Amino acid sequence: MAVLAAQDLRKSYGGTEVVAGVTFGIAPGECFGLLGPNGAGKTTTLRLCLGLTDPDGGSVELMRHPVPGEARTARVRVGVVPQVDNLDPDFTVTENLLVYGRYFGLPDQLIRGRIPGLLEFAGLAARAEARIQTLSGGMKRRLTLARALVNDPDLIFMDEPTTGLDPQARHLIWERLKHLLAEGKTIVLTTHFMEEAERLCARLAIMDRGRFIADGSPRELIARHIEPHVVEVHGDGVIEWADREGAALASRLEKSGDTVFCYAKEAAPLLASLSRHGELRHLHRPANLEDVFLKLTGRELRE
Amino acid sequence: MKNVFFPPAVSLRFVPVWRRNLLVWRKLAIASVLGNLADPLIYVLGLGYGLGSFLPQVDGVPYVAFLAAGMVCSSTMNTASFEAMYSAFSRMHVQKTWDAIMNAPLELDDVALAELVWAASKSVLSGLAILAVIWVLGLSRSPLSLAVIPLLPLIGLAFGAIALAMTAMARSYDFFMYYFTLGITPMIMLSGVFFPLERLPAAFQAVAAFLPLAHAVALARPLLLGHFPGAFLLHIAVLLAYALAGFYAATVLFRRRLLG
Repeated sequence: MAVLAAQDLRKSYGGTEVVAGVTFGIAPGECFGLLGPNGAGKTTTLRLCLGLTDPDGGSVELMRHPVPGEARTARVRVGVVPQVDNLDPDFTVTENLLVYGRYFGLPDQLIRGRIPGLLEFAGLAARAEARIQTLSGGMKRRLTLARALVNDPDLIFMDEPTTGLDPQARHLIWERLKHLLAEGKTIVLTTHFMEEAERLCARLAIMDRGRFIADGSPRELIARHIEPHVVEVHGDGVIEWADREGAALASRLEKSGDTVFCYAKEAAPLLASLSRHGELRHLHRPANLEDVFLKLTGRELRE
Repeated sequence: MKNVFFPPAVSLRFVPVWRRNLLVWRKLAIASVLGNLADPLIYVLGLGYGLGSFLPQVDGVPYVAFLAAGMVCSSTMNTASFEAMYSAFSRMHVQKTWDAIMNAPLELDDVALAELVWAASKSVLSGLAILAVIWVLGLSRSPLSLAVIPLLPLIGLAFGAIALAMTAMARSYDFFMYYFTLGITPMIMLSGVFFPLERLPAAFQAVAAFLPLAHAVALARPLLLGHFPGAFLLHIAVLLAYALAGFYAATVLFRRRLLG
């Protein structure tokens, strides 16, 4: 039984179809990742799922309630970590959680009982009375995550939860999200960090220009869309090498600036050729999700 | 584009949003009350006693007693307008507080209602503060003046609702300046706040018949001076109509702006 099901969702702004026929379902306990370049339609898809905007076509069922028709009821069991910080700057850390819990109709006593656990979870126990302005970016992000949990939701939406965070803060968030998944929560996550998607999501969809262009587990996507070996080559004369030797040895070549990416089933012939060209430097690595992403959505900048 | 013209779909979920604003206000309450009180008090004392000393009686009472009703109404109006414009705009557009709230089980209409009721609540405090000063100064000794108290929330709702509709159209804070200079200020001049409406040319009086502030003053002044207002049902109906129409317009405009 899906906690979230979208059928042929469509939404246009100013004649451009931002979400152009998207269908998916999310099972309880799953971590589903929505990947895509900026402007792919990820945030609009989330807004449609939450009932914050009406679709031009298609339907959404959230926690078994039709949305947006019964969005108010559906959101009782849902938590949201938005992309931009919208913590209440007039309040302390504790007040932010208390006031947010009230929006769900929870009694103060119940919320106050949950706050110590939430602060512990967010690593903010020592900052309970701190004002929002005194928190670092990572702390604010963690507090936003704690705020999304104040109603003990079954399903949590996260819109780029680690954008703008340093590696320490990012790893801490990932660890917390794994904790939530272990507790049986369902997570829907948008991101453009492939590493994040690979670590957390059992299933992903890659979105571009309003459509899902691929979906599956990270391993499936890599196996289905890309050769297992990648050799990145750069240095003087790399383009000449690529045209003369690389192209024949790799199943696929991509040039990006001064670097040539060689994708191949077997890396040995490429590496042998490169060993005869001391002027070229290279990196041999297994293919990853980022390679899939770049293959499917292209290398050009989006904004 | 979806239909945005359906009637406001509000629920009691607006109460926690109202409480949120109350909690912020409580942190700054003293400064806020003093700020709300200082401006009308300066008018009552400065104009009332200063200018009033040059004037014979106005409509049979000392000028300061005449002015008192105008100050109660315009001060209530100003507080509701400021709150529903500058403060609500901050919460909606700058701090994105509304976005956070709407991820909880509330609708945009709930948030708009909370803002309206909050603006009215705050304006009642302003009006009460001026009323208290009026009673302390002995400018009104009639028990009928107590009937001004239930009038205050109605004034607050009417002007809060109009101001919310302005907020729904505002691209920046500058927009509100136009509303004040082109809307509120001329209205104060045409509503009998500083001088009796009957002194104005007939054309202006005709305009005044449509101004909510004129109807508020037409209710508050007799009550403060100790007699029952004429046509009071009409005045109440006009204020109610502004509150309802303003709120409806605000919800439609907010939906277009935020839920597109």
